[in-house]
Amino acid sequence: MAIRDILKLPDQRLKQVSSQVERFDAALELAIADLEETRLAGPAAVGIAAPQVGWFERVVIVDVSTKKGVANHGHLILINPEIEHWEGFEMGREGCLSVPDYTGNVIRATRIRLRAQDPGGEPLSFEMEGFEARAVQHEIDHLDGLLFIDRVVSRRTDLFQRKVYAGKGGASGGPART
Amino acid sequence: MLTLVGEDRPGIVARVATALTEAGCNLGEASMIRLGGNFTIMLMVSGGRSGRELEQVLAPVAADLHLRVHVDPASGGLHSHLVPNIQVRVMGADRAGIVAAVTTALAQTGFNILELESDVAGDAERPVYIMNIQGCSDQTLECIREAVAGLRAQGISVDIAPVETLIG
Repeated sequence: MAIRDILKLPDQRLKQVSSQVERFDAALELAIADLEETRLAGPAAVGIAAPQVGWFERVVIVDVSTKKGVANHGHLILINPEIEHWEGFEMGREGCLSVPDYTGNVIRATRIRLRAQDPGGEPLSFEMEGFEARAVQHEIDHLDGLLFIDRVVSRRTDLFQRKVYAGKGGASGGPART
Repeated sequence: MLTLVGEDRPGIVARVATALTEAGCNLGEASMIRLGGNFTIMLMVSGGRSGRELEQVLAPVAADLHLRVHVDPASGGLHSHLVPNIQVRVMGADRAGIVAAVTTALAQTGFNILELESDVAGDAERPVYIMNIQGCSDQTLECIREAVAGLRAQGISVDIAPVETLIG
């Protein structure tokens, strides 16, 4: 086991899309152990994604069970995770091991339905909400080359989606008054 | 710390930033926002120039765009962020004293305000004051809620919620 270096902004490799895990073998187990050791070595991270340590396969670890009063499924190792269903949206504050000394508000789905595989390749499925759902969305973004800073919104940005009228200028429109 | 205020119009940030960059200044943390028809800039600038020199650098732009400029020497460096752990949402019929009442109650618990934004909603007959505060406190939620509990009787709704910052 070893603690790996965390890729940090502006490392362009963080923008890379990771590939599916095809081989569920001892090498995968070892790499997962390194990933977990790296997560635990840093500032209290509730999750980590493989590309953050320069490993570009679809593997994430999430564990929000250390947070008081947060619904959770314990320590999760998710291979090839896929969100099948999103519901609701809410704003929450996020930071990232790959973006030191910066936090910002991000809109995420409140509830998700998730499919993944475990390290042995067996199928997993979860329904999750709130902080745990947020953590999973944050980590899966890494697999697609996205960081939370790609999604940060102003606190003044309202949470409601607006219709966009092409060609009228100011695509974001004015505040809805209905 | 550079403060600029003037009637809002397109291009203020571009002109100010260009003037500072051409003078060899670096721009750091900033808060820029339109408040009641004015555009306001608070900006950390470094680059070894004195306050007077900065004023001179900005003088042509300020004259052109009718901006008022103010410079304060500030020692604040980068990477001294505090992460908020408490969110306070305040709403009440608009009247004098809401901010004073709420922030005094918070200050008595040692609450440190990191960010406050407020607006007046509703219509002219019944304006509603809305304020959002994010800040730091080492007190429990119950303790802070208790401190602001008396405000409800004055018709001010104060909601105290934790801000759980996700690091991943």
